[in-house]
Amino acid sequence: MQNALIILESLPNIAWGLFTTLGLVITALAVGLAVGLPLGVIQVYWGNSLFSRPIAIYVWFLRGLPSLVLLFLFYYGLFPLLGVDLPPFFVGAAVLGLRSSAYQSQIFRGAILSVDQGQMQAARSLGMSKPCAIENVILPQALRIALPAWSNEYPILLTDSSVCYAIGVMEMLTRASLQVSRTRAPVPLYLATAVIFIIMNYIGMRILRSAERRFHIPGFGGS
Amino acid sequence: MGDVILKVRDIHKRFDSEEVLRGVSFDVQKGDVKVFIGPSGTGKSTLLRCLNRLVEPDSGQIWLGDDEITHAVDIDGVRRRMGMVFQNFYLFDHLTALRNVEIALIKVLKMQKASARELAMSELSRVGMERFAGKYPAELSGGQAQRVSIARSLAMNPEVMLFDEPTSALDPELTGEVLEVMKKLASGGMTMLVVSHEMEFAYSVANEVLFMEGGVVVERGAPREIRNDAASDSPGRFERTRAFLRRIDG
Repeated sequence: MQNALIILESLPNIAWGLFTTLGLVITALAVGLAVGLPLGVIQVYWGNSLFSRPIAIYVWFLRGLPSLVLLFLFYYGLFPLLGVDLPPFFVGAAVLGLRSSAYQSQIFRGAILSVDQGQMQAARSLGMSKPCAIENVILPQALRIALPAWSNEYPILLTDSSVCYAIGVMEMLTRASLQVSRTRAPVPLYLATAVIFIIMNYIGMRILRSAERRFHIPGFGGS
Repeated sequence: MGDVILKVRDIHKRFDSEEVLRGVSFDVQKGDVKVFIGPSGTGKSTLLRCLNRLVEPDSGQIWLGDDEITHAVDIDGVRRRMGMVFQNFYLFDHLTALRNVEIALIKVLKMQKASARELAMSELSRVGMERFAGKYPAELSGGQAQRVSIARSLAMNPEVMLFDEPTSALDPELTGEVLEVMKKLASGGMTMLVVSHEMEFAYSVANEVLFMEGGVVVERGAPREIRNDAASDSPGRFERTRAFLRRIDG
């Protein structure tokens, strides 16, 4: 009974963090897409260029370091070093986004490679330039192939976003912890937080599934 | 003598240790239909791909009309002037038949959407596929898909059409509809280079049959001569072609 009161009293405050959490996730997904897609394209079609080594190293580091380590390095190291003074939210979104871009680049690389090479040949034989063929023939197919794997980035980022607690971004976990130290009732409050996470996860996955159906084309994948 | 539209001189191409083309030369007049036959692995497909430089030849020269295209900078411009039909169709899998035909018109020739659609529709009717305009490649039979791919190339109004084994991937009962379209094209005066073992097609519409083996044109002649030779048992000019044709006839 008392627990219910504590939850009821603290919930609005915690739930307010939902917007920050969603903000982190959506920004990170967008940054990951904007950076990861070009990286994947370059790795496949300009694989012998002078970009390929730096990209491989980028992917290696961002996938190879724990997100918390990256977060601290960016927050205490890189950003101050560059003289950029950004609120913790932006540092968190940038780190989550860049990390996601490394994973996303490999999702897109794999999807592009799974498009039949004949598609490119046919496009080029019609006089399309390489970029024109990539834009109009390869990517519309590769993005459809990539969507199920890409959808994984949402629950990963949603759960990962809570590391931003460590630099004081006011997302859900941070707010829950503040409420816990005020009320000294960790279990009900963290449980309530968990419920919000799991519901957000469910809603997001439903949206992504419907996107898969929306872009479905006969002869492309299952469902 | 008509105009020479394509002039090919001494084309060589090596893949790793294997020299696939070892000096191929020929001329094509406007309206010619040339059929290339020969055992697999003798460079016929590579030859066609060298002509529009989907494969870069190692040496030799190619002229399209008056333009030397072997080292042309604007390769996309050259390819626009040559249509290519592939063994496996390679229709764009994410686009309907109609969109397959119109996409290059819009993206390459920069046509307005409405006029591109109109032209694409008329090209689809030319190959008898207008009723399937809204279908995706996965919903078409092999023969239908190949006819759409021919329409896709024709829409670009090419000077030469290259056919790389256009019926080899088709079930026997589907080759007829594709060959019909090709015959119609040939009789309409289209210049065509065809890699194919459909000898009935070669005998009925080709000006010349070229037999390739080991990366070179070994024997070449008028289809009528080759057919007569293949039917006879006395020594003739087309011994190797004859041996090959008897092998594929089984």
